Amino acid sequence: MLTLREMLVVVGGELLTPGLDLDAGCSKIFASDLMSDVLAFSEPGSILMTGLVNPHVVRTACLVDAMAIIIVQGKRPNADVVDEAAAKKLPIIATGCSMFEACSRISRSLPGDRP
Amino acid sequence: MTEAVSFQQEFKVKGGDFSRGGEASCEIKNLLRDLGLDPQLVRRAAIACYEAEMNIIMYAWQGQLDLLVTPHRIRIIAEDKGPGIADIKQAMREGYSTATPEMRELGFGAGMGLANIKKNTDTFRITSKVGRGTRLELTIKTNGRKA
Repeated sequence: MLTLREMLVVVGGELLTPGLDLDAGCSKIFASDLMSDVLAFSEPGSILMTGLVNPHVVRTACLVDAMAIIIVQGKRPNADVVDEAAAKKLPIIATGCSMFEACSRISRSLPGDRP
Repeated sequence: MTEAVSFQQEFKVKGGDFSRGGEASCEIKNLLRDLGLDPQLVRRAAIACYEAEMNIIMYAWQGQLDLLVTPHRIRIIAEDKGPGIADIKQAMREGYSTATPEMRELGFGAGMGLANIKKNTDTFRITSKVGRGTRLELTIKTNGRKA
């Protein structure tokens, strides 16, 4: 399990929603650009990793009880989307990593996977 | 015997208004959470609402979500005026979709919506008239389960 603060470092990301709690631990990532799949298959308490930046990402994350959003590929949501996430207390981390690279880095950093 | 109603509210949904899609469902989720219901039940209701809300936005001209909470169940009626569904059995099949590229760009239209609504509810009833609209009647049993 990694904290959001540790994941922020691992993916070389930037926190777009300052002031939110990053000390909660998480070991579940749901990586998808298909919100339909997030709604159908994600588990509560997961981190939603996606390359989409529209407001539905925030609303979907909120409705499935995701604990944070990681946006990949160097994409940036506009201010309205960030504000909506902050209001819903959903941290957003933006990273230049691809989805594969971000998943890979996090997976390699999980304590259980260390040699 | 009719159950006592603890809470009831209607939410209007405008067809084609993608920018506001999901706002009603987020509000419903907050209301259910504030009523102190079990978070797992709230999550199921919220997902079912969101799928139904997005279906109205994506396919219908206008519609509404009616939320009714009694001591033993959450009841959601999603009713729209729209083109309706000619073949409900086909529409229920996972993966079947008539979504446009715009819907897909937003991350929807995988053909999971109706099946996912059914999965997240205890009773699911769908009726539709072509050229008139579609009505979903959903319930989630709570049996008084609180957070």
